[in-house]
Amino acid sequence: MSSGEFTSIMFLAILPETSLVLLAAVLLVLDLVWLDKPETRIRYLGWVTAAGLLAIILAAVLFSNPGDAQLSLWGDTIRFDQAGFVFRMIFLAGAALTALFASQYEWLSQRGEFFVMLIISTLGMNLMASASDLILLFLAIETTSLPLFVMTGFLLRNDKSVEAGIKYLLFGAMTSAVMLYGFSLLYGFTGTTHLYELAAHLKTGQVPFPLLAVALGLVLVGFSFKVSAAPFHFWAPDVYQGSPTPVAGFLSTASKAAGFVVLLRFLQVAFPDQVAAWSLVIAVSATLSMLVGNYLALAQNSVKRLLAYSSIAQAGYMLIGVAAGTQLGALGTTYYLMAYLVTNLAAFGIISLVEKSTGSDEITAFNGLSRRSPGLALAMLVAMLSLGGIPPFAGFFAKLLVFASAVEADLVWLAMVGLFNAIIGLYYYLVILKAMYLYKPVTEIPIARPAIAWRIAIVVCVAGILLLGFWFAPWFNFAQLAAGAIRMY
Amino acid sequence: MQFPILSALIFTPLVAGLVLLLVPSERRGWIHGISLAAGILTLLLALGLYASYDLARGGYQFIEKLDWLPALGISYHVGVDGMSLPLVLLAGLVIISGVLVSWKVEDRLREFYSFLMFLGASVMGVFCALDLFMLFFFFELAVFPKYLMIVVWGSPQTREYGGMKLTLYLFIGSVFALLGALAIYFGSGQGTFNMLALEQAGFSIEFQRLWFPFVFFGFAILGGIFPFHSWAPDGHVAAPTAISMLLAGVEMKVGAFAALRVGIMLLPDGAQIWAPLILVLGTINVVYGALIALIQTDFKYVIGFSSVSHMGLVLIGFAALNREGLIGAGMQMFSHGVMTALFFSVVGMVYDRTHTRDISSLGGLFYKMPWAAVGFIVGGLVSMGMPGFSGFVAEFPIFMGVWRVAPLVAVIAVLGILITTGYILLVVRRVFFGEIPIALAKSVGDVSIKDKIVIGVLSAIMIALGWFPSLMVPMIETGVNPILALLGGVK
Repeated sequence: MSSGEFTSIMFLAILPETSLVLLAAVLLVLDLVWLDKPETRIRYLGWVTAAGLLAIILAAVLFSNPGDAQLSLWGDTIRFDQAGFVFRMIFLAGAALTALFASQYEWLSQRGEFFVMLIISTLGMNLMASASDLILLFLAIETTSLPLFVMTGFLLRNDKSVEAGIKYLLFGAMTSAVMLYGFSLLYGFTGTTHLYELAAHLKTGQVPFPLLAVALGLVLVGFSFKVSAAPFHFWAPDVYQGSPTPVAGFLSTASKAAGFVVLLRFLQVAFPDQVAAWSLVIAVSATLSMLVGNYLALAQNSVKRLLAYSSIAQAGYMLIGVAAGTQLGALGTTYYLMAYLVTNLAAFGIISLVEKSTGSDEITAFNGLSRRSPGLALAMLVAMLSLGGIPPFAGFFAKLLVFASAVEADLVWLAMVGLFNAIIGLYYYLVILKAMYLYKPVTEIPIARPAIAWRIAIVVCVAGILLLGFWFAPWFNFAQLAAGAIRMY
Repeated sequence: MQFPILSALIFTPLVAGLVLLLVPSERRGWIHGISLAAGILTLLLALGLYASYDLARGGYQFIEKLDWLPALGISYHVGVDGMSLPLVLLAGLVIISGVLVSWKVEDRLREFYSFLMFLGASVMGVFCALDLFMLFFFFELAVFPKYLMIVVWGSPQTREYGGMKLTLYLFIGSVFALLGALAIYFGSGQGTFNMLALEQAGFSIEFQRLWFPFVFFGFAILGGIFPFHSWAPDGHVAAPTAISMLLAGVEMKVGAFAALRVGIMLLPDGAQIWAPLILVLGTINVVYGALIALIQTDFKYVIGFSSVSHMGLVLIGFAALNREGLIGAGMQMFSHGVMTALFFSVVGMVYDRTHTRDISSLGGLFYKMPWAAVGFIVGGLVSMGMPGFSGFVAEFPIFMGVWRVAPLVAVIAVLGILITTGYILLVVRRVFFGEIPIALAKSVGDVSIKDKIVIGVLSAIMIALGWFPSLMVPMIETGVNPILALLGGVK
């Protein structure tokens, strides 16, 4: 497609992104003109955000579903394909659920900017999923990250939150710089920033492998940071624990998913011939993530910290699918991310409620939850078992897919490492169940009935966990479309 | 289209479990009613199946097949044959017995019955599955009900330890089995989890040699195979009565059954290569389990270890890989299931009334609770393999089968039966006869009518099978024939 000529497909391709910008603008204006009390205002802004995101999802499904298209638009910077589409749906859904959870989180200081930040970050993720040019990719990653730094440190009166924001910023800036250096090397070797031209250039074999390996290694540092994979995971526990709970949920799901789609696209499109090399690197990173995440999770007292380590371990399981380097692998990782989205958002949503009622995020705050609020305990049980990979919940099939992809790709050892880690993982998820069902609660008073927004969000999450857990076909097909589009090149 | 009776069997407890969670927890009457109705319906369905299975035709019957995920060759595919049908009946019996003996549970009754029903659905799903994925799905479905029921309602001293140990052991086993199953799936190159198709996949000898132990031992851990048996006594003792009954009575059979269905039937050459090891380990189960049971001072641990010992007989029956051995193993799975459910129910009744499981502080209970005593004695006779009881019908063919492949092993295993006689007689004498301790003389009352129903029905089944083996043996025979065909002709 020649540049300079505009076609309707170009605008449809970025319809979700343009709508997001509009939504952000609307939210800013509303925040100014809405003369309600701050507490109720944030609630309404949460509703507006969620409704807006839902509308964008519907619009995207109706008007910007690429079908079988594989187009490079906007000066070859945007890839319009199913991979971008499916992941956009993941981000938008994640953001909508987070908005609902956040609107009940009174510690967000009653400021509407929070939702604007959420929208901007989602916009960045959308671009990450469809960027096919290194420059746009870098900009997208930064657009995603900067609002997240702010959201992490949003609780200005809470030292831990501020500390988390700064830590996240410093780590993020450093790894971004390293990644950018890798990008510049790639540009230097090939003379192009376009991912698909880069791939064609690398196919000729003119760039010596050692140089390429250095560039690739630098880039992987940045991506590993985004997905919180070892050895670039150090930020996660402090940041998750310090940040407002709904933000931690968003960080661990949508933001992780954005990192993964970039990782999948980048590796499979640009470096298909070097699969043996990067597969090994990713497999080692997966192993480290699982081991570090699971072992350190065992020793945690804070549920948020525990879930932070668990999210490192979960990144390890997802990396197994990436390491497989096959379509089934990409499919498994995508399915895993969908499952993880609903599961972890549910978990963090429940934590935020328990935290509000007990003032603590320790495991002991969950003691006797099944006596205080049986329904809430049941929802947490579903989320924990899904994380542990037990049917009929989403995590079981997701794990099965990534392990299957490893076996298919002759990485039986990696599947074995993953399976053994699943055992360790199950242990600490069961510890939370035990606290909820066995131990005596500090108080018998039920947890205050949460507002309707929160209840809708948790019902959607739990329904998602169940649907992904036994009604596989539709979600499998989405994941397959995404994985197919990435592999199509 | 015929009535989907197997789906009804699987989904009755599942739906009942879900419905129970919606009932307000203070409505004990509703909770009891729903659980009882679901239990009775499940048993009736199982009985109906058992009665209407066409023996002359044999093979898998009542088959239902629906696409689940065609892209990966996963289907909801159920059917029963002569090997699985007795186990379905066993599960039906034990579920309703579990409901009846748990009538007086005080703490969170709703969750208790709900989880019990989920566990029931899980075992039914495994017994009926003809799809490897589906088998796993239902196999793993049991993880959380088992864990939660042990830690929440189990015996306070050991429940946290016993529950976690059991869960992790069994999860380790299923991890191995899952890896093997994935290898089978990709190794077959057929892109299907349909076990009937995988049976015909013709895996190479090397493949079978490598992967057979993964699936067989992975599942056999749940069957209590030595040296991975120690979860069983700890878990059974820690569990509340109904769950001990289901765990030892049915769940251990789930493990053995899956080891047979996936291990031996999909990888028959592998089974032949590894059979000697299974034979040795199974024999250790029989003798070692019995010896440990002999020295226990805790009433419930005696039964816990007796399960380990008796499951060893199932394993050596499998490992004989011949007609007699397999028929005996099939009978033993049913017979031991009923027997151990009866044992654990009696142990539970005794404990509920005396609040102790220490054998030395019990005694003379025959005069206080004659039904429980008679039930225990019947179970004991079955477990010694007395003629006239189902144990004989099960154990005799096993020894015949093993004798044909390894006479020495058969001799050693028979020793295990002698030791069994020892510990059963000791327990019967110390717990049910002799002086009744003064502390117990006043406080202990007789068992309830529901308990008597459980004792009566389970005992009657074992005696009936002892006198009329033809009630079950021909059915198991129809299940054994295809296995022998897979193993390469009649042996």
